Amino acid sequence: MTLADFGWAILRIALMLGFLLGALPLVIWLERRALAWFQNRVGPNRLGPFGLLQPMADAVKLFFKEEIVPANADRLIWALAPALALFPALVAAATVPWGPNRLLTPVADVDIGLLYFSAMSSLAAYGVLLAGWSSNNKYSLLGGLRASAQVISYELGMGLALATAVLAAGSFRMTSIVEMQAQPLWGIVPLLPNWLIFTPWGLIGGALFFVCMLAETNRAPFDLPEAESELVAGYQTEYSSMKFAAFFMGEYIAILAICAIMTTCFLGGYLAPINFSPIQALGAQGGFWGVLASLTGALMPPFWFLLKVFALVFMFLWIRATLLRLRYDQLMNLGWRFLIPVGLVNLALLTVYVIWGWVPSLIGYGVAIVLYLVFFGSRKPERRTVLLVREAQPYRPKEA
Amino acid sequence: MGERVLFFVLAIVAILSAGGVVFSRNPVRSALLLVLNFFTLALIYFSLSAQFIGVLQVIVYAGAIMVLFLFVIMLLNLGSPDAMPQERDLKRPLAYLIGFGILATLVSQSLALLIPATPQASPDVGTARVIGLALFTQWAYPLLLMGVLLTVGVIGSILLARRRAS
Amino acid sequence: MDAVPLNAYLILSAFLFVMGAIGVIVKRNPIVMFMCIELMLNAVNLTFLAFARYQTELLTQVAGHVFVLFVFGVAAAEVAVGLGIITVIFRLRESIDVDEVTLLRG
Repeated sequence: MTLADFGWAILRIALMLGFLLGALPLVIWLERRALAWFQNRVGPNRLGPFGLLQPMADAVKLFFKEEIVPANADRLIWALAPALALFPALVAAATVPWGPNRLLTPVADVDIGLLYFSAMSSLAAYGVLLAGWSSNNKYSLLGGLRASAQVISYELGMGLALATAVLAAGSFRMTSIVEMQAQPLWGIVPLLPNWLIFTPWGLIGGALFFVCMLAETNRAPFDLPEAESELVAGYQTEYSSMKFAAFFMGEYIAILAICAIMTTCFLGGYLAPINFSPIQALGAQGGFWGVLASLTGALMPPFWFLLKVFALVFMFLWIRATLLRLRYDQLMNLGWRFLIPVGLVNLALLTVYVIWGWVPSLIGYGVAIVLYLVFFGSRKPERRTVLLVREAQPYRPKEA
Repeated sequence: MGERVLFFVLAIVAILSAGGVVFSRNPVRSALLLVLNFFTLALIYFSLSAQFIGVLQVIVYAGAIMVLFLFVIMLLNLGSPDAMPQERDLKRPLAYLIGFGILATLVSQSLALLIPATPQASPDVGTARVIGLALFTQWAYPLLLMGVLLTVGVIGSILLARRRAS
Repeated sequence: MDAVPLNAYLILSAFLFVMGAIGVIVKRNPIVMFMCIELMLNAVNLTFLAFARYQTELLTQVAGHVFVLFVFGVAAAEVAVGLGIITVIFRLRESIDVDEVTLLRG
């Protein structure tokens, strides 16, 4: 590795971290303002224009708060947990390309890009689990146990959803997945890009991935690990000051990273929604066409990428403001008994397309939908009594 | 030079964390040190140009198996150091004797190896494409058996975890 | 840039394997014993990958990687069943000391 390579690598890392850390206050602000808007409130609007400086004020406030260590906490692990929560979120997006220039992005265009993301997102369980255990608080412990069970369960559905992108592109490499989506739509429609979400398997896979990424980041309606009405604040109950801020930052950076992955795999990454290549061909004439070509050409990929990522972040907030929190057994049933079977069938039908082509695959989707409606279409909502309290408690030996 | 220094550092971390797993009295710390050990092993796999296996190591071991271990430790409340007496005196000398016997045998054997000293494999042996091709052609039947084994494991664990009908 | 010799990988693997073996014998907590078994499996995986890199034919090189994948699969199945068994024993006996689990003794 020469010195120039090293310099470019540092620049790539700086750009990626700059994006994540720069977008972070914006997301926090957006969450507070958008939630206020959904709930017909005003929201923070005093500090700076539209309250844009509110996250800075929050950070300063947290910085000067007193740090309280629980009495019987495992000090080392207690201090390690926020770092373990922040680290995977910061590095998870390292293989995501946000533009066509391979010198500036992604940080590492490795052959195993999507698997790398899977690995890093599966490490996210540690921070929460250890925070819950080391706080020596029963609410924290319950929150940590819930979080780890939830993350392991939804990891499978997420893997199956991402496998559709891998199978459609024939590679784990993120840039290959984006290039596959730059083809004409369905191989025939010119000027429209072939985003994976426009295919049947991509639509189902994208929907699965969206549900799983809500669960992976512990967001509503899957925010049981920090359900304030039953667990105080779950695993973060005992954390204050900058350690709480680390969990907070980790959560929002994880949201940004996972939205970037969804954008890359299902929404065409940095590609524009329309293929502008005819305009760019006209741009050689200069004048008006030249301006239009430069507007639609080299400058735009990061813009489209950011637009898609923030649209997804807005979907997160919309869902948080709309849906109720699930019960724990509902969460597990959704993950294991709905998302994983649907993901497996979807993957099998995508394999049919890869081997035999469009017609058998579409027939397969039709048959699958008809079978589902025949067997489960008329099912009434399940009503049963659930022993929530007994099931939620960790097992403890009876007094002898 | 760089590769050797990297290997040396990673090997030191791997051996120290493995020692920590065995000699720590706190099961949670043991588990965390084992995660660190698996992580360094994954980095060593990368340096062996086994990138696919390396990343799978992180997903399977660090991401799934060790989380499960920690989950069970916390669920059964075994985390505190004095939850259980850890060692017994009778077995310890025997264990060290057996351990150093195995170590001496293995090290003396591996020092005497007469295999070409330069790496032969090209770096793209470790890619997903090459491994996948081998897995689904030459190794198809073992792969199917692995699927059967995992299915049996899933069914077995569900049966074990199911509550007794009372 | 000179490569790491094969012997170095094998010696590292021997150290890890022996640590795991000592742990299995010394420990009484079944979960920690289980973790030591995982350590031994990983030591073996390291030898597979190191040998694979020093093979001369593509067939045998890939075989090392494939075998590591199978070890992963076996380890996953083993952990799923093993942790289930530990949980059941804990429910039945309210203790998981391996020396007290003597149900199968005649």
